Amino acid sequence: MSERVAVRKTYKLFVGGKFPRSESGRSYLVQDSNVSLASRKDARDAVVAARAAVKGWAGATAYNRGQILYRVAEMLEGRREQFVALGVPGDEVDAATDRWVWYAGWSDKLPQVYGGANPVAGPYFNLSAPEPTGVVAVVAPEAPALLGLVSVIAPAIVTGNTVVVAASPAAPLAAVTLAEVLATSDLPGGVVNILTGRLSETVPTLAAHMDVNAVDLTGVTDPELAADLEVKAAENLKRVLRPVPPDHDWSADPGLRRMTALLETKTVWHPKGV
Amino acid sequence: MFEYAPAPESRSVVDLKPSYGLFIDGRFVDPTDGGSFKSINPASEEVLAEIAEGGPQDVDRAVRAARKAYEKVWGPMAGRDRAKYLFRIARIIQERSRELAVLESLDNGKPIRESRDVDLPLVAAHFFYYAGWADKLPHAGFGSNPQPLGVAAQVIPWNFPLLMLAWKIAPALAAGNTVVLKPAETTPLTALLFAEICQQADLPAGVVNIVTGAGETGRALVEHEGVDKVAFTGSTDVGRAIARAVAGSRKKLTLELGGKAANIVFDDAPVDQAVEGIVNGIFFNQGHVCCAGSRLLVQESVAEQVLESLKRRMALLRLGDPLDKNTDIGAINSAEQLARIRELTEAGAAEGAQQWSPPCELPERGFWFAPTIFTGVTQAHRIARDEIFGPVLSVLTFRTPAEAVEKANNTPYGLSAGIWSDKGSRILWMADRLRAGVVWANTFNKFDPTSPFGGYKESGYGREGGRHGLEAYLNV
Repeated sequence: MSERVAVRKTYKLFVGGKFPRSESGRSYLVQDSNVSLASRKDARDAVVAARAAVKGWAGATAYNRGQILYRVAEMLEGRREQFVALGVPGDEVDAATDRWVWYAGWSDKLPQVYGGANPVAGPYFNLSAPEPTGVVAVVAPEAPALLGLVSVIAPAIVTGNTVVVAASPAAPLAAVTLAEVLATSDLPGGVVNILTGRLSETVPTLAAHMDVNAVDLTGVTDPELAADLEVKAAENLKRVLRPVPPDHDWSADPGLRRMTALLETKTVWHPKGV
Repeated sequence: MFEYAPAPESRSVVDLKPSYGLFIDGRFVDPTDGGSFKSINPASEEVLAEIAEGGPQDVDRAVRAARKAYEKVWGPMAGRDRAKYLFRIARIIQERSRELAVLESLDNGKPIRESRDVDLPLVAAHFFYYAGWADKLPHAGFGSNPQPLGVAAQVIPWNFPLLMLAWKIAPALAAGNTVVLKPAETTPLTALLFAEICQQADLPAGVVNIVTGAGETGRALVEHEGVDKVAFTGSTDVGRAIARAVAGSRKKLTLELGGKAANIVFDDAPVDQAVEGIVNGIFFNQGHVCCAGSRLLVQESVAEQVLESLKRRMALLRLGDPLDKNTDIGAINSAEQLARIRELTEAGAAEGAQQWSPPCELPERGFWFAPTIFTGVTQAHRIARDEIFGPVLSVLTFRTPAEAVEKANNTPYGLSAGIWSDKGSRILWMADRLRAGVVWANTFNKFDPTSPFGGYKESGYGREGGRHGLEAYLNV
């Protein structure tokens, strides 16, 4: 008996709930695999998919979004060994799973913590509530490959945003594998879109895109590129999350900031009377 | 229509100096490298005072004074003591409110009824509100020990000069920051009187610095290396430029920019109330309001009736002397703004919309524009897309709630919106779908220090007012 020949996996993009190759037909060799090399057109297509998903996802109940994020944690737990095989330490997979659980619980609590009634000086009902800003372009941190990625995606989507994520160019396999987790978690297509390839190709397109509402520059390590992306983002006044220092502790309590930076506050007034 | 006898508010309560310096480090000083400019009364074109124009060195002096005050005095001071200074300021504003209101109307052109009954009460309330936060920051929901940012550069517009100053300075100081504020070029006077109030309150030197000037002074301030925070209220174009200028820096930025709000009237709305709301929405403060209800979306079945009532009501608006207590519509703030309003209304007529104004006599001197509505407006018209910032209303119609939502959201702006309907479930359904930071249902242009204010999309980011307003001035 000869030894069984393994079935290898093709690593592709994740756009609109599907796994397409780059429209450019290109790939690059990284982590011993051929990975899709996304083009500017792929970035624009991903924005279209993300925008199309906003209405349903932002309009879903907070309970429903929380259920789905918790389902992501369940699916990730079951694929622990798969990530370990890619070189992600087991405790990092556990921390990433726990982070999904943590953020899942925020879906129906953040509006209570971050919004509320305002005691205006007059006979008016006045209520402030957070709403998702819309489509968020995210530059994932280079490392840790899985925990860093989950720590930027989960806070963006739990409140109803949709995202286009530029995965770490040097370690994209965890991102594509996470896409497989997301695809089997009842997350509607287009809520999370993941692009692999060079940041210099996809990210400037996303930062300048007029149908993107916010950019999270967390994973940008070059200060000049970060400043240039922020300048591009100013064109339609995108909300900007600036890069984090390289020594950022991803295992620490994330706090609310990553969620609140991608929210709008809407305040509704109505007179009281009979 | 009733005849009205003139009912002018007395100017004698205001003691104008011939010239004003910059307020830096607790004292009024002459500019070192700047010039001067004149502030005029837009209702008469009379020169009110000569104002110092701060140059880059003056800005630098002010930022250094603010830094020193932050490090030596205001930063280390206990929150309860910062609170007491803010309470003092609030009280002095109340005590001197008539003087401030008259000065505001003189410099800005807004009716005394508005500066007296809207601006000044809100200014005092804002300082009272944030004074109370100064010793309660650990309970504000930003962690157990939120820290101030340092020196805040604040640039404000001319439409609500003192109120915008209050919106900027009160939360900044409560959170423990010190400030350098640049008032608008055309309306510096109440900010300079506020500087005197800071002296009267014995506020430590350097905590508040006021550097007057035009765009270049503002640019020098925003771009200064020693600034940790930039807060701007004004046009979206300048907001964009500021966002570019602070890119790649440590400066935290909040922007409150333009708007093109939809005011949506459904067929079940009480027409008289809705018409009052439409008038308040667009003609309040001559329409110099970023959240003005400048696009009226009226349901087709009642459009004729609403327009008829609206025109009848507009014919009763009294335009004229801002200091007359019966005046509804004052002067346009500047010749430049008047030119912009004229240019856009001419574009409206040229693009095919129908222009209407009530019979309205305009004073000979000063800058004036009659209340105006355009009907037959399409979404492609410039008057339906561009912020006019004047007493000009564009009227569009819709048939279904879904169409109203589409049209209301069809703008790069997202500051405010109005809904007029008797049906609660419809109001809440609409409020959920309108992409705007403030939604007024069966009311319009209401403000309160406890109520967060700010925009979606290109109307800017960050909120002013309420607990949310503290976030802009804390390291969270």
